Amino acid sequence: MSVRTLPLLFLNLGGEMLYVLDQRLRAQNIPGDKARKVLNDIISTMFNRKFMEELFKPQDLYSKKALRTVYDRLAHASIMRLNQASMDKLYDLMTMAFKYQVLLCPRPKDVLLVTFNHLDSIKGFIQDSPTILHQVDETSRQLTEIYGNLSAGEFQMIRQTLLTFFQDLHIRVSTFLKDKVQNSNGRFVLPVSGPVPWGTEVPGVIRLFNDKGEEVKKTEFKHGGNYVAAQKEGSFELYGDRVLKLGTNMYSVNRPVETHMSTTSKNLASRTQENIAPNPLAKEELNFLARLMGGMEIKKMSGPEPGFRLNLFTTDEEEEHAALSRPEELSYEVINIQATQDQQRNEELARIMGEFEITEQPEITEQSTSKGDDLLAMMDRL
Amino acid sequence: MYRRERSILLRGSAAALSNNLSVLQLPDRDLRHFGVVHGPSAQILSSAPEGVPLAQRQLQVKVGVGVSPPLITQVHWCVFPFRVLLVLTSHQRIQMYESDGSLMVYWHALDSGDSSSGTWSGRILVFDIPAKGPNIVLSEELAGHQTPITDIATERAQGQDGVADMVTADDSGVLCVWRSGTTFTLLTRIPGFGVPCPSVQLWQGIVAAGYGNGQVRLYDATTGTLHVQISAHARTICALDLAPEVGKLLSAAEDTFVHIWKLNRNPESGSIEVEHYHGECISDTQLCGARFCDPSGSSFAVTGYDLAEILRFSSV
Repeated sequence: MSVRTLPLLFLNLGGEMLYVLDQRLRAQNIPGDKARKVLNDIISTMFNRKFMEELFKPQDLYSKKALRTVYDRLAHASIMRLNQASMDKLYDLMTMAFKYQVLLCPRPKDVLLVTFNHLDSIKGFIQDSPTILHQVDETSRQLTEIYGNLSAGEFQMIRQTLLTFFQDLHIRVSTFLKDKVQNSNGRFVLPVSGPVPWGTEVPGVIRLFNDKGEEVKKTEFKHGGNYVAAQKEGSFELYGDRVLKLGTNMYSVNRPVETHMSTTSKNLASRTQENIAPNPLAKEELNFLARLMGGMEIKKMSGPEPGFRLNLFTTDEEEEHAALSRPEELSYEVINIQATQDQQRNEELARIMGEFEITEQPEITEQSTSKGDDLLAMMDRL
Repeated sequence: MYRRERSILLRGSAAALSNNLSVLQLPDRDLRHFGVVHGPSAQILSSAPEGVPLAQRQLQVKVGVGVSPPLITQVHWCVFPFRVLLVLTSHQRIQMYESDGSLMVYWHALDSGDSSSGTWSGRILVFDIPAKGPNIVLSEELAGHQTPITDIATERAQGQDGVADMVTADDSGVLCVWRSGTTFTLLTRIPGFGVPCPSVQLWQGIVAAGYGNGQVRLYDATTGTLHVQISAHARTICALDLAPEVGKLLSAAEDTFVHIWKLNRNPESGSIEVEHYHGECISDTQLCGARFCDPSGSSFAVTGYDLAEILRFSSV
């Protein structure tokens, strides 16, 4: 598995998150200045230099549970709040969208173009903030530096690592179903027509060579697909025509996005097994979270700016219903923290988490007295 | 020419790896074993020819307490004249079992020095396998590749008893052809051209290689000369397999297609010829493994990423 996968995973999922939030902020008629502030705050937290440094270190991918914690933090980097059900739905949309993009990438290397598409759109959200724009450009440069010269083999490994991360995820997304890019069983449609990847020939030709390497015969065979030659290669520069549409914003105000919570019984078997087994990754994941979130600089919520709650569903009742009816195997489970073990790391995490004050905590019912308990309670809710 | 047969259901979906289906044919017992990697576990199951599953088993790489099992990279049967071993690999360990996976007979820890930076050395490890028992010994390490090895294929050397030819492929598309002896000697090296070679086969001195840009190329194993170039698929090839009795080659790719080719050596010119025999589209499935289920190629099976079944086809 590739140890260069995390930055690509994080940036693309982050990009999808911003697309969804932007759409919901407009759909919910949040005032323009508030909406802009939310996106600016989240983007500037995402592209914070210290955080990016941690992100770009060669490392394994962690579980969906651990990564979800980071996005939860990110989504709350501003005056906006999300209930559990909305956060779940947001994460579902993010992961299914990027899974789709990875699967449909013509070449493994094209995942870099998808990343640039997300970054290009992110820059569109923060046009008025030169400081944050600069941060995003810096990250683009870092991406080009690190990934610009990776071999096709290394990109194929990155692709396989990403697909492993998304294995067995078949949540149906209404936009995908309507656009016929996803089947009703949750599988994505893999077209057998259109342009071939850049560097691949249109299938259907057999070339024969003699001992001297000269082509002596050329025959054709019926491939079965309906492919055409690729027109143009997408640009990997800081600015340029990416050609590929994957990773551009597919949401608009008038398309409410629903997800359908159903899995087949086959998937059930493998997922419940995963959830029932004790989580031995917790220790490594806590390390990862401590490092990553230690680099995240969340602004303190000083000042009179009032917060607001964003709802990913059309009504509050729908959100409540979604929370109650989410299938067991699709819950983004608790990271099983052994409070007695590794006091030191828990304290470290507690210190980091302490810097992120959540002023409104409607979901916590129990009154906790110590920082450690706050941390555990927060982690337990995720 | 082939029709779809009843699928074999898997406990877990197949992982997005190349060559992610292994088949052990046991014609005298009217049985087949199938092996598929799911992720941290591999599933081994046996079935009767009609596809009725008879027994199944899940294997994992053994690790210490409190550590989660690593991802398995390959599960494969190695057939020797005197025994069959099931080999399970992960980035840090190789485990070998009796053919039904019931008993581990040997394990070998791989040099994990630079596993954190994700580079694997491209070394080929050669083990001496005794006719019985666990006294398996690492006898040689071959250097010939600089990037991770993707696939290995072998066949008995033509006209020579007890000698085998072997071809190894890597992530940069380089192929090495070796001959066994007291030690292995490198016969020829075929350069890559910028894409990985995930899968390779060897038949009657012909190297068949499947590449990341969807091409299948056939080379002469002794000279390394390119004889045939097929623009076979629109996405990377994930698996190749051979039916040695008839010279049929199976190619499967991430473009959802499976193709069967008929290989032939022209007796006059000695040049390699190929013709397309059959094509099959497995809708919306990024294939990851494909194997013939019998030596005459009258049946084959495929696996796909995210798919929890083995799809089977047999000729009509």
